[in-house]
Amino acid sequence: MNVLVNPTGAMNGAEKEREVLLDLENVSLSFGGVKAITNISFNVMKGEIRAIIGPNGAGKTSMLNVINGFYQPQEGVITFKGEKRSSMKPHLAVSQGIARTFQNVALFKGMSTLDNIMAGRAVHMKRNMFWQLLHYGPARDEEIEHRKRVEEIIDFLEIQHIRRTPVGKLPYGLQKRVELARALAMEPELLLLDEPMAGMNLEEKEDMSRFIVEVNEQLGTTIALIEHDMGVVMDLSDRVVVLDYGRKIADDVPEKVQQNQEVIDAYLGVSH
Amino acid sequence: MFYKTSGQFKTSYKSDQALFPVKQDAWLLIAILALAYVVFPLTANEFTFKALLVPVLIYSLAAMGLNILTGFAGQLSLGTAGFMGVGAYACYKITTIFPEMNIVVALALSGFFSAAVGVAFGLPSLRIKGFYLAIATLASQFFLVWLFEKWAWLYNYNASGAIEVRTMDFFGLTVTGPTATPLTQYYFVLGIVTVVTIAMINITRGRYGRMWKAVRDMDIAAELVGINLMRAKLTAFAVSSYVVGIAGAMLVFFWKGAAEPNLFDIPMSFQILFIAIIGGLGSILGNFLGAILIVALPVLLNVLPDLVGIQVHSAAMEHVNVMIVGALIVFFLIVEPHGLARLWGLIREKLIIWPFPH
Repeated sequence: MNVLVNPTGAMNGAEKEREVLLDLENVSLSFGGVKAITNISFNVMKGEIRAIIGPNGAGKTSMLNVINGFYQPQEGVITFKGEKRSSMKPHLAVSQGIARTFQNVALFKGMSTLDNIMAGRAVHMKRNMFWQLLHYGPARDEEIEHRKRVEEIIDFLEIQHIRRTPVGKLPYGLQKRVELARALAMEPELLLLDEPMAGMNLEEKEDMSRFIVEVNEQLGTTIALIEHDMGVVMDLSDRVVVLDYGRKIADDVPEKVQQNQEVIDAYLGVSH
Repeated sequence: MFYKTSGQFKTSYKSDQALFPVKQDAWLLIAILALAYVVFPLTANEFTFKALLVPVLIYSLAAMGLNILTGFAGQLSLGTAGFMGVGAYACYKITTIFPEMNIVVALALSGFFSAAVGVAFGLPSLRIKGFYLAIATLASQFFLVWLFEKWAWLYNYNASGAIEVRTMDFFGLTVTGPTATPLTQYYFVLGIVTVVTIAMINITRGRYGRMWKAVRDMDIAAELVGINLMRAKLTAFAVSSYVVGIAGAMLVFFWKGAAEPNLFDIPMSFQILFIAIIGGLGSILGNFLGAILIVALPVLLNVLPDLVGIQVHSAAMEHVNVMIVGALIVFFLIVEPHGLARLWGLIREKLIIWPFPH
């Protein structure tokens, strides 16, 4: 296993912090006899954009599900912010600072854009049942305080015009953006994006890329993303990890990954 | 023409999130409250109180409780009447064990009993959903009615097996029992329904409401935005059963005056579910509209021929009644499957931009 702890290649923005935010060591996950992930180790540095790529069924989404605690790996150690963890509930992962978006949009369809993003702040809101029943006073103050933060995110992602629209009525590209907004509302340290550009047209892809870079640079959020659009992956990410059949076959800066023979084989197929 | 949002500018999030961002809505509500608190008491006779106003209020409250669970949190329940029964029997026991206790305190306490039972029967919701959960709650319905029949301690070993409400005072006013005047009972019920409605509006527009709706719309995503599913579902069961329990206690104490276990059987569960569905799931207003359609309309139709002076056989009227109400339910569901509350919402949107189509 050639585990790259620190890539030697030049990262874009060479003075980015080299602190390890998330570290996976020898993680394995299987469903019955099916091995989804086999003995994978890699890490995510604070402040970087980390891409996870691979052909269909390579175990990318399973990887994200392991990171945010939706799946429990049978083997391996996951260290987040210096803390080792064994078993994990998804809602606890959120309170530790891991947020994610989904491959298929998973918004709350009956709620407006605003309410969806407000729901993303659930972990930060604390007022108990008594104040909620009363509403006036502390519960309302809390509501308004969080509304302000949500409005900042709405401004940031340029979705002011759809604030009151039920998300079920929005076009697909905007739904993806609302989902990103909801994830940002959790104020995560690590943001997991599962195919943020799937099914988008060129313009929407450009917008989304811009937002991802802005989130990374302005908010300082570390991002791990899965994406099939290689142009986007190679331009955006600092380091790329490549999976195939649940195994890691490469882990390097984009330039080197592109030249890696194993990666080319995995994507194009080889004659045996 | 009078219903316009132009000229009403929001300059703070506080005013934007206010209950009535449109001024006319507040006026409309004041008008309705004036009707309920002043006009009805001045004009209504005993029959109107007993057969129309009080039942509508109590059924609205029960449907509101169910709506919290089914409409907001998306957990289908067929055990509403059972939980109402728990509230009623709890209130009965509380008032017999502590005769000196204020009736309002007894009502509030009995709600906690139904909430606890609701949470206990809500535990399956952590593993199952949809129709399977509905069947599980149906089991609670059968079990609870059986319990009300068999556990004699609940009805103080009465020979009749029924609970009877004795006369009770609320700060000198007789509010329960045969000597209570319909007017005081009406005001009492109206007061409680108003307070609970305000509390439910508050809770559904805040943190808990969003939590519940998130669980309803997509539970996996809700979990991944940091919502504790177990807590969200169980709080929904607790709040819902609390309100339903109070409604059940009020049904017996301020309307029926006595109750047998089979009062809380399945037909009532369904009736309340229908009110919630036709009124509009996920709405507070809808429960009142639904209760008016399902509870008040049949009564009104029954007395209509007398009022206009037509002689109709009462049995014939019953049948016509069922047909009219049934047809109306089908009509409203075809016009707006999301219920009467959504219908009003659409009318409201149209009124705001009237007379221009866009």
